[in-house]
Amino acid sequence: MAVKKIGRQTIKFSSPPSILTTASIVGPKEGQGPLADYYDEVLEDDLFGEDSWEMAESKLLKEAVTIAISKGKLKIPDIDFMIGGDLLNQLISTTFAARDLELPLYGLYGACSTFTEAISIGAVLLDGGFADKVIATTSSHFSTAERQFRYPLELGNQRSLTSQWTVTGSGAALLTSSGNGPVVTYSTIGKVVDLGITDVNNMGAAMAPAAANTIATHLTDTGRGPEDYDLIITGDLGKYGRDIAVELMKKEGFRIVKNFTDCGIEIFDDKKQDTHAGGSGCGCSAVVFCGFLYRQLILKKIKKLLLVSTGALFSPTSFQQGESIPGIAHAIAVEMKGN
Amino acid sequence: MARRMKTQEKKEFQKLVDSNNPKPNLLLNCFWAFSVGGLICIVGQFLHNTIESVFKLSHLESTNVTTLIMIFIGAFLTGIGVYDKIGKVAGAGSIVPITGFANSVVSPAMEFKREGFIFGVAAKMFSIAGPVLVYGITTSVIVGIVYYFIR
Amino acid sequence: MSYVYAFIIGGLICVIGQLLMDATKLNPPQVLVLFVTSGVILTALGIYEPLVKIGGAGATVPLPGFGYALAKGVFKGINENGLLGIFTGGVEATSGGITAAVVFGYTMAILFSPKTKS
Repeated sequence: MAVKKIGRQTIKFSSPPSILTTASIVGPKEGQGPLADYYDEVLEDDLFGEDSWEMAESKLLKEAVTIAISKGKLKIPDIDFMIGGDLLNQLISTTFAARDLELPLYGLYGACSTFTEAISIGAVLLDGGFADKVIATTSSHFSTAERQFRYPLELGNQRSLTSQWTVTGSGAALLTSSGNGPVVTYSTIGKVVDLGITDVNNMGAAMAPAAANTIATHLTDTGRGPEDYDLIITGDLGKYGRDIAVELMKKEGFRIVKNFTDCGIEIFDDKKQDTHAGGSGCGCSAVVFCGFLYRQLILKKIKKLLLVSTGALFSPTSFQQGESIPGIAHAIAVEMKGN
Repeated sequence: MARRMKTQEKKEFQKLVDSNNPKPNLLLNCFWAFSVGGLICIVGQFLHNTIESVFKLSHLESTNVTTLIMIFIGAFLTGIGVYDKIGKVAGAGSIVPITGFANSVVSPAMEFKREGFIFGVAAKMFSIAGPVLVYGITTSVIVGIVYYFIR
Repeated sequence: MSYVYAFIIGGLICVIGQLLMDATKLNPPQVLVLFVTSGVILTALGIYEPLVKIGGAGATVPLPGFGYALAKGVFKGINENGLLGIFTGGVEATSGGITAAVVFGYTMAILFSPKTKS
C-alpha cells in the first residue's frame, strides 16, 4: 500500500529530506535584477568562456552543481544521484554537464517545471531509503532558448507584451536524508492541463490552469489552507499568468492573493529591464529558490513555502502543427523548523 | 458531453485570457512604424536620385542599384547588431522595407554559424526569407500565366 | 517633393504591416510573405504602378515593391520571350536583389557573430 501518498496527487514524506545547500549562477541581465545579492555568481559574459551558448548553459549547470556540493563540504563522488533537466533538445545542457561530473543521472524534461520535479524525485529517493545525498538542478539560457523556440537574436522583431524573458542561469540544491536545512515535507505532482491556448507568446496563460490546478489539489490533498503558507510562489507565470491563476483558483474556492507571487515577476524589474511579462525558463524558479528563497528560509523570514514551478509542454513541431500548449506544474512544500 | 463541457471551458478561459491581456499601444507603435519606415524610404529615395543624376543611369537601373545598396545597409546593420535594436522600436517600420528582408536573411545565417558553413550558415540563411521568395515567385508565375492568355 | 511622397507612402505601407502584427498576431515572416504576394497581385491589377509613380522609393523599398518588380519582370519577359518569360522574367528582374541578399548575407554571417539581447 502506498502509505506515503495522500489524496489524489500528493506525496507526504515521512522523514522529510533536508535541503543542505543550494547554489545559483546567473547571467548579466539577471545580475542587474532585484535579487542580485542572493546569487553565488553573476556572469559578466553569458558565453561563459565557451564557444557556443549551449555549452555555456551546460557549464552553468556544472558550476552550480559543483558550488552546491562544495558548500556542503562534500566531494562530487559523495553524491548518489544527480537529477536534472533543461529546455534544450535531448537535454544537452544537463547530460553534457553530467558527463563531466561523472554522476549517475536522472534526466528529466518538464519544461520550466523541471526544478520542482527534480526536487520531488530527489526527496522520494531519500525518503525511500534509496539514497543519502542527491543533487537536483536545472538550467536555462536566453540565447539557447531563443534560437530553439523563437527567432534568431539579430532579427528585428518586436516582442509581444505577454512574452517572457528566458532566464540565463542555473540553480542546484543538495538534498540529504538528514540535516539541519529546510525540509521538503510534501510534493504534489501536477497533471498536464490544456485549456487550448495556442499563442506561444503567452506562456503565462497556457501554464496558469496547470498552476491553479496543482495548488488547489495540493491544498485539498493536505487539508491545508493558503494562509498556512508564508508564501506560495509559482515558477514562471509572469504577471499576466499570475492574475489568471488567481482568477482560476477563486473559481476552485481558494482566495489566494496576498501571499502569492511568481519567480518570473520577482527576478526582473520590468520597468527598468524591459522584460515584458517577466522571467521564464527552467533556470527561473531554480535561481530564485536557490538564491533568494533559500536564504529567506535559512533566516526564518519564510518558514513555510510552497514552490510551484510551471512548465509549458510544447515543442517547435507541435506549435507549428497548430497544437495548443499544455501546461504542467509541480509543487513542493519546503519548511524551516524552529523559531 | 464531457467533450462539449471541455470546449465550453476552453471558450470561457480564452475570454478570461483576452480580458486579462495587455493591449499594445497601437497609436505609438504605428507612429514609430510610420516614422522609421518612411525614413528608410527617404534614404532609398535619396540613393535613387543620387544614382540617377550622378551615374546617369536609367530609372529602372537606379531602382535596382538602390535595392542592392539598401540590402547591403540592412545586412551590415544586422551584422553589427544594430538592426534588432531598431526593430524593437520600429516594428513593421523596419521589417517591411527591403532592409528588413536583408535582416531576415542575415540574422539566421549568423545565428547558426556554429552549426557549420553548409548546414548552418547556408542552410539556415533562407529559413525566414525563403518563404518570401517561394510565394513571391510562385505568385508572379500564376499572374504571368493569366497575363499570357489575356494580354 | 519626391522625398515627402516617399516618406508618406513608405510610412503608410509599414503602418499596415504594424496593424496586421498588432491586431491579428501575424508574425514577421507571415507579414513579409503577405506583403510580397500582395505586391505581385496589386501590380497585376494595375493598382501598385500608380503608387510607384507617386511614392518612388516609398513604394519600391518596402517589400510589396519586391512583388512589384517580380510582376513587372514577368510581364516584360512574356512580352519579349512569350511563354518562357513566365518563368524567366520575375527572377531576371529581381536577380540583383536576390544575389545581393545571398552574398551580403553570407559575408556578414562570416564577419560577425550574434550578440545576446539586453
